[in-house]
Amino acid sequence: MNLSVTEILFGILSIMAIFSGIFVIFSRNPVYSVLYLIVTFFCIAGHYILLNAQFLAAVHIIVYAGAIMVLFLFVIMMLNLNNETEPTKPAWIQITAVITGGILMLVLVGSLKGAESITLAQPQNSNIGLVGNLGKVLFTDFLVPFELSSVLFLSAMVGSVLLGKKQIQ
Amino acid sequence: MSAIQVIPLNWYIALSAILFGMGVLGVLFRRNAIIILMCVELMLNAVNLSLVAFSAYHSNPAGQVFVFFIMAVAAAEVAVGLAILIMIYRNTKSTDINFLNKLKW
Repeated sequence: MNLSVTEILFGILSIMAIFSGIFVIFSRNPVYSVLYLIVTFFCIAGHYILLNAQFLAAVHIIVYAGAIMVLFLFVIMMLNLNNETEPTKPAWIQITAVITGGILMLVLVGSLKGAESITLAQPQNSNIGLVGNLGKVLFTDFLVPFELSSVLFLSAMVGSVLLGKKQIQ
Repeated sequence: MSAIQVIPLNWYIALSAILFGMGVLGVLFRRNAIIILMCVELMLNAVNLSLVAFSAYHSNPAGQVFVFFIMAVAAAEVAVGLAILIMIYRNTKSTDINFLNKLKW
């Protein structure tokens, strides 16, 4: 059994993503959770590159690792939550949560058992993930949602500023 | 050689299912509201991964545009969510969700 480079990369990235995801859930310190979540996001960006979605990989790193995770880290530092004294749920709730999540995972993965495995020996168009093609689709077929997302951003900005402001007496 | 020639689509769906299940597990398992928001991000990323995989295997760029929009919505969601969290912290001096049980039956 000899594996190609792509398969080895897929395996390494998947295992790293899964294990850092486990550390996100189970680490006691929220700062460590954020750092492990960044590792997970980089692994997912590596998967995007393997799937020929280079533009999305770049955007993913910029948006998630660059913006969202900095926001999380900033809030944790500002609220001074980087202690390990967080109360945990009672044991029976934790066991129930693990069983429920495990069953959901098992059902989702097990439903793939009968599916036929698809690989494309001859890809028709392998450069759909490049910025030119994606931009063409975004600004022709998806122009209205693109413009609407700007309204969404404006309302989110106004909402977060209003929510974060100190209450005026 | 790109991944769509060697790796079956099933593996990507299985990976995204595992990541999604881990996000659900984190939401059920933790009491810290920040960790719960982070697990929601993990679930969104699992869905993104499966959308990109489907779009690559079907040679259809619409899936990747969807992922682009999901990222935009996730950024807005995190901004509003963290603002709500700061307001909760200001009122209860904690981010523990067990203090927020007024709407619970």
